[in-house]
Amino acid sequence: MNFEVIVENLPKLLDGALLTVELVVFSSLAGLALAFPLALARCSPRLWLRAGPWAYIFFFRGTPLLVQLFLVYYGLSQFEAVRASVFWPILRDAWWCALITMALHTAAYIAEILRGAIQAVPRGEIEAAHSLGMGVWQAQRRIVLPRAVRIALPAYSNEVILMLKGSALASTITLLELTGAARTVIARTYMPIEIFLAAGVLYLLISFALVQVFRLLERRLGVFAC
Amino acid sequence: MNLHGFGDQLLAGTLLTLQLAFASLGVGLALGMAGALAKTSRNAAARWAGSTYTTVVRGVPELLVVLLVYFGASQVLTMLAELVGLDASIEVDAFTAGTVALGLTFGAYATEVLRGALQTVPHGHVEAAQALGMGSGRIFIRIVMPQAWRVALPGLGNLFLVLLKDTALISVIGLEELMRKSAIAVSHTKEPFTFYMAAALIYLGLTVAAMTGLALLEKRAARGFARRAA
Amino acid sequence: MRLIKILPALALALGLASGASAADKLKIGTEGAYPPFNMIDEKGKVGGFDVDIAMALCAEMKATCEIVTQDWDGIIPALVQKKFDAIVASMSITEERKKAVAFTDHYYTNKLQFIAPKASSFSPALDALKGKTLGAQRATISGTWLEDKVGKAATVKLYDTQENAYLDLAAGRLDAVLADKFVNYEWLKGDAGKTFEFKGEPVFDDDKIGIAVRKKDDKLRQRLNEALAAIRANGTYEKINAKYFPFSIY
Repeated sequence: MNFEVIVENLPKLLDGALLTVELVVFSSLAGLALAFPLALARCSPRLWLRAGPWAYIFFFRGTPLLVQLFLVYYGLSQFEAVRASVFWPILRDAWWCALITMALHTAAYIAEILRGAIQAVPRGEIEAAHSLGMGVWQAQRRIVLPRAVRIALPAYSNEVILMLKGSALASTITLLELTGAARTVIARTYMPIEIFLAAGVLYLLISFALVQVFRLLERRLGVFAC
Repeated sequence: MNLHGFGDQLLAGTLLTLQLAFASLGVGLALGMAGALAKTSRNAAARWAGSTYTTVVRGVPELLVVLLVYFGASQVLTMLAELVGLDASIEVDAFTAGTVALGLTFGAYATEVLRGALQTVPHGHVEAAQALGMGSGRIFIRIVMPQAWRVALPGLGNLFLVLLKDTALISVIGLEELMRKSAIAVSHTKEPFTFYMAAALIYLGLTVAAMTGLALLEKRAARGFARRAA
Repeated sequence: MRLIKILPALALALGLASGASAADKLKIGTEGAYPPFNMIDEKGKVGGFDVDIAMALCAEMKATCEIVTQDWDGIIPALVQKKFDAIVASMSITEERKKAVAFTDHYYTNKLQFIAPKASSFSPALDALKGKTLGAQRATISGTWLEDKVGKAATVKLYDTQENAYLDLAAGRLDAVLADKFVNYEWLKGDAGKTFEFKGEPVFDDDKIGIAVRKKDDKLRQRLNEALAAIRANGTYEKINAKYFPFSIY
């Protein structure tokens, strides 16, 4: 083991770790925002409302994140129309492509978690809300969703950890997040074991930190009380 | 979809993807079972080893595990060989490294699934088997596993679906499975969307096939158990 | 699946296989994503200038060779770890690499030159590179050049394969790509390269390309050097050169 090479390149790895955290936090939040309408539509009794989210979730859960990333980053630029469009300034940027793909990907998983949680809300509580004179939407907003969020939180925290691990794929589209930084350092030092192990330890630290954040959040929301 | 003559290559890649998935499944199930037994063991060191394994592997990206096994394993093995005076070339090719890396990941998650499943087997069943004079190995195979298997199957099935998609990562270390074959086709045709979409559709097809197979397996495993409660 | 045996048949024809010792079986590592030097066709076969040279050298050394493809990032670690015995993959002889591996004499001389859209006023002068987005393959001397010379002033994007850098240049994500002149030459000849051209003079013109072997394998290095001298002398090298370029790249 050559610890010198780790110490020497630690600043680069830490820069990478910062980008990793950025990607995970933003994509998890954007994914969550996307997942709410998806999950609600997915639970709808109307077929035409249910079909779209079903297909979306099916595609994003049935294909590898790496393929999705390449489709968005390299794939879309095959079309002149995309490159001429107003979206190009965003789509030409690797950071945005990674963020968008990760958000779309995680949204499909979060939507399924939320759907399960919405269906797990006891019927009696919804009936009670209706008997108090709440309308469908009011009952959704004030009773079902807050309850579902608490039920879904532990599963959501798992999903965030999965996104942390998925973010390593951003290195394949030129981003120098933690794995990308490690690979670039190894390209010049030829010390794969040392550098990858150091990166692995940083990932573990990030995932421990994320788990702690969710513990606090669960305690605050009183997840265990329900 | 015009594949410009690369259809055969994509097919060959798909076959390799499947081989990789099933080989990793074998390694992963063995590791998962070992992990579950370690975690439920009475031996504190075994419990510690089990939980270190699952914590570390579940907190580190699959891609990093793949890269580390690929570059690390043969370096370590070659060093060990040189220590004992062998000038052997110990090769860990991309397929082997991929199988080990994906197996390690699958095993870490499978440990939890199997541990949960083992714990659902009533202790009374084990005691009854002991009273009948069965040895512990036989009890495990004849009494515990058939029951735990049924409980574990849905969870393991989900893990297999994840594994199937994770095989795409092995393209990064140069194994010419479906994803790498697609990239080669892209370099010739300059049509990234066409080929990555083709790959996506093939992965979808594999997922659907795996889901169908799993549903059949679950139905089989549930024979003799009434699923519907009053 | 990724091992493509090229020479066993030839070796048999020459009656070598029966008497061949283990030392006469060589595994040659190459990348397979670097046209025209090494690439994989739609049949899955590896070919290109590097592969032709490797085959000629093996024939000269009367060795049985097997071509193995390996992604670029991992190609030196793989050699060190004995996944193969030599790298014939357009690898530049650099001091950094010499710390890890040994090189034969050069088998061609490369130049690094920028390409950019014909319509752009791109100039390779160091001052003019400020603020530009420049691409190269990771773990190449082009990548190292960009990181060292303009890593702070410009945005440097490093790709897993050269092809991906070209895809991004064509997509307009990059202002310019820095790569080996002959590789750029090949890409400019194709459909995708029509609206692009070389910009300025090469930024580096004495990039010697050699075959890498493990440091301990000095015997193999010497055999390769002798074979190289032989194919230079007997016209085999010229023939291979002419197959890919209308000018000498030695």
